[in-house]
Amino acid sequence: MPVITYRDALNHALREEMQRDDRVFLMGEEVAVYQGAYKVSKGLLQEFGEMRVVDTPITELGFAGVGVGAAMVGLRPVVEFMTWNFALLALDQVVNSAAKMLYMTGGQYNMPMVFRGPNGAALQLSVQHSQAWESWLAHIPGLKVVAPGTPYDAKGLLKAAIRDDNPVVFLEGEMLYNTKGEVPDEEYVIPLGKAEVKRQGNHCSIIAHGKMILVALQAADAMAKEGVECDVVDLRTIRPMDVETIAASVRKTNRAVVLEEGWEVCGVGAQVVDYIQRECFDDLDAPVVRVHQEDVPMPYAKNLEKFAKPDLAKAIAAVKKVMYIA
Amino acid sequence: MATRKKSDNGATAAADQPRANPGVRTPSSDAAVRGDVEFRKGLLRSMLLQRRFEERTAEAYALGKIGGFCHLYIGQEAVSTGTLSVLRPDDYIITTYRDHGQALARGIPARSIMAELFGRQDGCSGGKGGSMHLFHKEHNFLGGHGIVGAHVPIATGVGFAIKYRGGDQVIVCFMGESVVNTGAFHEALNMAGLWKLPVVYIIENNRYGMGTALERASAIQDIFERGAAYGMPRAQCDGQDVFAVRAAVTEAVERARTDKIPTLLEILTYRFMGHSMSDAVSGTYRSKAELEENMLRDPIVLLRRAMQEEGEIDDAFVARLDDELKHAVQDAWDFADQSPEPSLDALYEHVLVTTTSDDYVAPRA
Repeated sequence: MPVITYRDALNHALREEMQRDDRVFLMGEEVAVYQGAYKVSKGLLQEFGEMRVVDTPITELGFAGVGVGAAMVGLRPVVEFMTWNFALLALDQVVNSAAKMLYMTGGQYNMPMVFRGPNGAALQLSVQHSQAWESWLAHIPGLKVVAPGTPYDAKGLLKAAIRDDNPVVFLEGEMLYNTKGEVPDEEYVIPLGKAEVKRQGNHCSIIAHGKMILVALQAADAMAKEGVECDVVDLRTIRPMDVETIAASVRKTNRAVVLEEGWEVCGVGAQVVDYIQRECFDDLDAPVVRVHQEDVPMPYAKNLEKFAKPDLAKAIAAVKKVMYIA
Repeated sequence: MATRKKSDNGATAAADQPRANPGVRTPSSDAAVRGDVEFRKGLLRSMLLQRRFEERTAEAYALGKIGGFCHLYIGQEAVSTGTLSVLRPDDYIITTYRDHGQALARGIPARSIMAELFGRQDGCSGGKGGSMHLFHKEHNFLGGHGIVGAHVPIATGVGFAIKYRGGDQVIVCFMGESVVNTGAFHEALNMAGLWKLPVVYIIENNRYGMGTALERASAIQDIFERGAAYGMPRAQCDGQDVFAVRAAVTEAVERARTDKIPTLLEILTYRFMGHSMSDAVSGTYRSKAELEENMLRDPIVLLRRAMQEEGEIDDAFVARLDDELKHAVQDAWDFADQSPEPSLDALYEHVLVTTTSDDYVAPRA
């Protein structure tokens, strides 16, 4: 099977979906002539032309709204934010327009559109460019929120997101764009709302999404050497969340660690823990432990940044804690 | 207090902009703008329907049949009627939360609007939107938006979609004058000017954003001039004269449809009621004297008087029309009253659709 980067997997998904559906277009800053700030849209302008690969001014609120308008009358916009940090300027359109349109129109206008771009911290980009927004976005009824961690998932989930008739928030990882993985040549689509158990184990569940799935798998590898077999659950879609898969895993292992890039308070992990206590109260052999960013803005200094982020060491420590391994 | 620019010829376009029709238009002599007698009767009917509807809306609000925020259109009827009388059925309309008048002028049944205001199942948004969120897909009526400025980029997006598909439709985007101070307005008009999209942006300048007068909110008073920043043809016209509105909108719509160029049109009007049902009509931010002076230019009275002076209608016609419209509004009220509340199942409907485009097959070029 071919091995390609996460970036190319996204690029292939966009290309295939634009080929199969003439209503799909890509819009955002630097997506066309510059070939994408992170080169996700490389070659698309040349293949599809400037009406379907649209460079916008730096105007997040504006072009998010343009996407909403185009979706209202039957197009299928893919709106790229150079990063989700900039998308904060556009949240009124994401939340008040896109997410609520179907509801406030009594079902008359659905929003077949995707808002996508890199989310979470990269390296030393400091406080304003290093944030994970999924808990904000997953809070909103009317949105679907997707966060792939591997090239295979990135391609299959983006294709599903583009085909979905609802507004989908698609969170990529800047640090993931260069990661590689097997992606088949044959077409496939991964349904939204389905988690995947990426590694089987009977002793402890590690539940994660996006970039943190790589950390979860590394932690599972490390713990396996100590005889602890972890079940690694990749949420893949944060809203709607696949509670069934989470609960099945925790019922099997009786212990859970929840890992995320974002902050602790009201984070995605808090929701996962709530589902676990509701579904698996009698199955738990230890309190669930969460791993997340320290409760501070992301600092610039290399040592501080490293300490602020959730990482492999913290994940391993969390597994040991729920296993009562000193 | 703001001084209204008197404009005898309807539209005053900015001199430095290329215009599709450079001639100065005098609406009173323009047969196309004035239409025939039956057409003019239709304009009067449309405006009077809005007036009678909004009067009963205020009554229903006072009785508690309508809740929440409710913004009446009384005084501005020539803007909605004049503008929408120019559009084709396949054109698009988008507006703010002061949306009852435009919805009626577009031909959305009064019954379904009143039922929406009453929060009933037969409302045009299924009772889930309310006064501020009237939508009607068959009429290409794209709402009814509650966040000041937010619908302006959406209008730009509809213009983009029209261009994308190569159609000759236009979209008209109504907004209050306070919208021009939002970032969304700037971002949206910049893209429309940049990409040459078929959008007509209409500022209904009723002089107050809630209780803040234009001169207390905007660094310039002739706000149509902001179009200069976007390379956009722009004009200002009298919004109490339905023919002046029609003249200005006709020009802008033709420019959008034919030349694919957007326009920023400022229509000078006045709201005879408070900002919403929860504030006094006058006394805090505007004087009673100012209100009364502006009410002398009631758009319905101006049209009726002009038609009566021409001998086109008489008092008996007006009385019959008024009676008919009062009955129509009573019918809408009764319909809304009898329409059931949405079922509790509806609470969970329309959050997400369950469909995808998996089966889509693109048409062959």
